Amino acid sequence: MMKKLLAPLILVAFLVGIQLLCRWTDTLYYLTQMTMAGYYSLLVIGLCLVMGYAGQISLGHAGFFAIGGYLSAALTTRNLLPFQKTFLVKALSSAGLLISGQDIYGEKLLVVTPWAACIAAVLIAATIAFLIGIPVLKLKGHYLAMATLGFGIIIYRVVLASSYFGGADGISAVPSFKLLPGLTVNGSTSDRVQNYYIAWTLVLFGMFLLRNLINSRVGRALRAIHGSEKAAESIGVDIARYKLYSFVLSAVFAAVAGVFLTHYNGSIGPSEASVMKSIRYVAIVAVGGMSHIWGALFMSVILNFLSLRGVFGSYDDAVFGVILILIMLFAPNGILRIGLGAKLKSFFQPKGE
Amino acid sequence: MFCCGWPAWSSHAGLSADFFMTFELFIQYLFAGITYGSIYAIVAIGFNIIYNTTGIINFAQGEFVMLGGMISISLLSFMPLPLAIVLAVGITMVVGALIEIVFIRWLDTPSVLRMIIITIGISILIREAALFIWGENVRSLPYFVGNEITTVGILGARVSPQVLWVIGSCCVMVLVLNIFFRSTSVGREMRACSANRKAAILCGINTRNMVTLSFVLSAGIGALAGCMMSPITYTQYDNGTGLAIKGFTVAILGGLGNSGGAVAAGLLLGIIEAFSVSVVPLAFQDAIAITILLLILFIRPHGLFGSKEAAGLREF
Repeated sequence: MMKKLLAPLILVAFLVGIQLLCRWTDTLYYLTQMTMAGYYSLLVIGLCLVMGYAGQISLGHAGFFAIGGYLSAALTTRNLLPFQKTFLVKALSSAGLLISGQDIYGEKLLVVTPWAACIAAVLIAATIAFLIGIPVLKLKGHYLAMATLGFGIIIYRVVLASSYFGGADGISAVPSFKLLPGLTVNGSTSDRVQNYYIAWTLVLFGMFLLRNLINSRVGRALRAIHGSEKAAESIGVDIARYKLYSFVLSAVFAAVAGVFLTHYNGSIGPSEASVMKSIRYVAIVAVGGMSHIWGALFMSVILNFLSLRGVFGSYDDAVFGVILILIMLFAPNGILRIGLGAKLKSFFQPKGE
Repeated sequence: MFCCGWPAWSSHAGLSADFFMTFELFIQYLFAGITYGSIYAIVAIGFNIIYNTTGIINFAQGEFVMLGGMISISLLSFMPLPLAIVLAVGITMVVGALIEIVFIRWLDTPSVLRMIIITIGISILIREAALFIWGENVRSLPYFVGNEITTVGILGARVSPQVLWVIGSCCVMVLVLNIFFRSTSVGREMRACSANRKAAILCGINTRNMVTLSFVLSAGIGALAGCMMSPITYTQYDNGTGLAIKGFTVAILGGLGNSGGAVAAGLLLGIIEAFSVSVVPLAFQDAIAITILLLILFIRPHGLFGSKEAAGLREF
C-alpha cells in the first residue's frame, strides 16, 4: 500500500514544492510553462499507454489534441446568431447549452458553453479514434506508422484549409472555461497558481486511471499483446478490442489536453496539429522508456518545460530529432533504464559471485 | 509539407469547372500528372531499394530529393549546370552512405519500431540542417532549356520542355536500374540479399556492403529526381515529408518492394492528383494521396499489383 502511494506522493510534494519555490523566489511566471507542460504530459502518458503497453506506434496524436482544442475553440467562439432560427440551434438553446457574449469589438455573440463544447470535442475525438482505430490497428510496423502519420497530416490539412478553423491564423480570443464556481481555466496572471493546480490535478487523475488500468486485467492483456500478438491471441486475449480501447483512451487524453490548453492559452494554431508535434510526443515517450508511464511523465515535464521556456531556441525540432536518434541507438529502453543501477552493482560486486 | 506549387503552364489553362474538358486541357492535365507521377515513382523506387535489402522503410527518403535540389542550386554559382547536378547527386550519395554507416550498420537485428523512429529522427536532422544552411527561402534551379514561358506543342497542348526532362530522366533511371539489377553482378548480389539474406551470406556476399549500397543508390536516384523537378516544383527545406508520404503511398499502391508496380502506381497517383484539381480545392490536394494511402492500407495492403499470397508471408 505504501509503495503504491509513494510515487504519487513524491509527485504531489514536487508540484507543491515548485509552486512554493516559485512564490518565494518571485518567479511565478515559471508556473505558466509548468501548466502547459502539464497538459502536454497528459497527452504523453496517454500515448505511452498505446506505445509502451499495447506496443502500437502512433504518429498522429497531435491530430487528436488538435481535434479537441480546435473543436472546443470553434464552438465557444463561432457566432451562432445567424443560425438562430434553425432547429439545431433552437434545441441547443432550450437545453441551456448556449450562452450569449460579446466579441472583442463589442458585437453580440451566441456561442456554445465551454462545458458543452468540451464534452462535445472529447466525444467527437473519441468517436474519430474509434472509427479510425478499427482499420488502422489491424496494421503493423511501417504500415501502422504511415497510416497514423497520414491521419495526422489530414487533420493538419483540414485545419489549415478551412476558414471555420481560422486557417493559418488559428482561433484566438477563446473564452475562459469555468469548471466550477471559483475554478476557471484561463490565462490571466491572477489565476496562475489555480491553473497550475487544475492542470496537474488532471494529470494526477490521468496517472491514477492509467496505473489502475495497467495493473488490471486490461493492462495484463495489453502487455501480452506487446510481447507477442499471436501468443496473446492464442490464449484468448481479444487483441483487436484491447488495442482499440487503449487507442481511444489515449485519444481522449489527448483531446482533453487540447481542450484545456486551448482555453488556458486563449488560442490555438495549426502548428498544434503538425506532424512535428506528433513526433515530439513519440520522442518523449521513447526517452521515458516506452512502457514506463512515470518515466514518460518525468521526461515530458522536463523536455516540455525546457522547450516552452525557449531554451532550445530555433533548434527546438532539431533537439527532439537528436534525442530520438540517440535514445533509439543507445538506450532503446529509455534513458531511465539505461542500466546504470545494474552496471553500478556489477562494478561493486567482485566477479564470480 | 510538400505544397504543389502548380506550375505556370497548367494554371493558364484555368481551373475551369467545366465538366467536359477540351482535349487540349485533358492532355495538359495528363502531362502535369505524369510529371508529378514520375517523381513519386522515383521516390517509391528509392523506398523499395532500401526495403528490399533491409526490410526498413527509410522515412528520410524524401529528404534525399530535397538535398539533391538544394545542393545543386548552391553549386550552380560555381560551375555549369550539368556538373552541378552530377556533383549534387554524388554528394547526396555520400550522405546516404554516411547515414547507413553511422546510424544503421552496427545495429544488431533492430526492431521495426526502433528503425522507424531512427529514420524519422534522421529525416528531422536533415531537414533542420537544411533549414540552418539554406533558410526558409524557396529556391529553384533554372530551366534546363529555355525559361518559364518556353513551351513545346504536343497534341495541341503547350508543355514546358522541363516536363519532358523530368519524364525522360525518370524513364532512363528506371531502365538503368532495371539493367543494373538484372545484368550486373553487384545488382544480382543485391537481389540475392533481398531474396534470402542468410543464403546470400553463405554465398560469400557481403550483405552489409549491399545495404550501404542500397542507401547510396536510393539517395542517388532521389537526388537526381530532386534536381530535375526543382525548376518546376521549386525546392524548400521541408519538401521531404510530403514527398515521402506520397512516395510511400505509391510504393504501397504498387506493392511494397515491386518497382514495376511503383512506376504504374506513381503515374496513377500523379494523374489522379492532376485531374482532381478541377474538383477538389488545391489546399486539400495532399489529403487526396493520404486518403488513397489509408484506403489501400485498409482494403489491399499488398498493393494493387501485388499478390495476396506473397504478401501473406510478410508482416503488415
